[in-house]
Amino acid sequence: MLELIKQPWPWYVSGAAIAGVMIWLLYYGKSFGFSSNLRTICTIAGAGKRHAFFNFDWKTQRWNLLFLLGSVLGGFISLLFLKSNEPLQLSTTTIADLKFLNIPFDGQLNPSAIFNWEYALSIKGFSVLIGAGILVGFGSRYAGGCTSGHAISGLSNLQMPSLWAVIGFFGGGLIMTHFLMPLIF
Amino acid sequence: MKGIRFIIAGIVFGIIMVKSEAASWYRIQEMFRFQSFHMYGIIGTAVSLGAIAVLLIKKIKVRDSNGERIVFTDKDKGWKRYLLGGAIFGLGWALAGACPGPMFVNLGYGYLTMIIVIAGALIGTYLYGVIKAYLPH
Repeated sequence: MLELIKQPWPWYVSGAAIAGVMIWLLYYGKSFGFSSNLRTICTIAGAGKRHAFFNFDWKTQRWNLLFLLGSVLGGFISLLFLKSNEPLQLSTTTIADLKFLNIPFDGQLNPSAIFNWEYALSIKGFSVLIGAGILVGFGSRYAGGCTSGHAISGLSNLQMPSLWAVIGFFGGGLIMTHFLMPLIF
Repeated sequence: MKGIRFIIAGIVFGIIMVKSEAASWYRIQEMFRFQSFHMYGIIGTAVSLGAIAVLLIKKIKVRDSNGERIVFTDKDKGWKRYLLGGAIFGLGWALAGACPGPMFVNLGYGYLTMIIVIAGALIGTYLYGVIKAYLPH
């Protein structure tokens, strides 16, 4: 069983599992949406005193913060017990494209070229990482949700606004990948 | 301790994000370059099964663990905030190679520099709360 879980999962198993998490949370009377936690953390840090957007009873989101805590633990458990010895099966064309951007493929989940401390604390690396985070945080709140809230929960409930959001996600992603990343890296 | 069930759901979610490789920077790049079906297969399966589940929950009036009817709230109408906000999100998604969930999963997976991306995401969220009134919605 453990050996089976350790393998990289086929896409249909992964997709079904994600739908399962959404249904699991619905059974608890909750709506799957991860980025709401970012707003909640701002509120806990005291942002509600200055800006009305953050002035809400964060305890209603306590469950979601626990879910966030669990997701960090889930990552840690995967690292300790579920790591596959095989390198990630990335498309060879992607490997070639990334090499052209000076991001060598290392077979892991994320490129060490971007996520090592030396690069992350260089002026350029820090700007890339914090800038990417700012875009994700700002965009997800502006759009009222992220991949979980719109692409999974929203589309499953056939919400037109979520379709607009997902079109936006892809539009932005394509612009970054094809036009901006060659300038950045 | 009723909260523990949410921690367990989160742990399962974290493991799914790692094993599906949806939390992989490389996989996100591959998706935006249309060089593999992997991510499209994941999202497509999740949404198809999710839509069937939501339909069934509505049809047969399923109740949650507290015995309440499961209700779905419609998103506010409109398109501007979704398309514009979505595009800004997408720029960051491709660059960071992670959306909010996987940022935290990756932190647990040992990519500690992800804390910088998370700090950015909090700053971005705060920034939105500050200038919200001046943006088209």
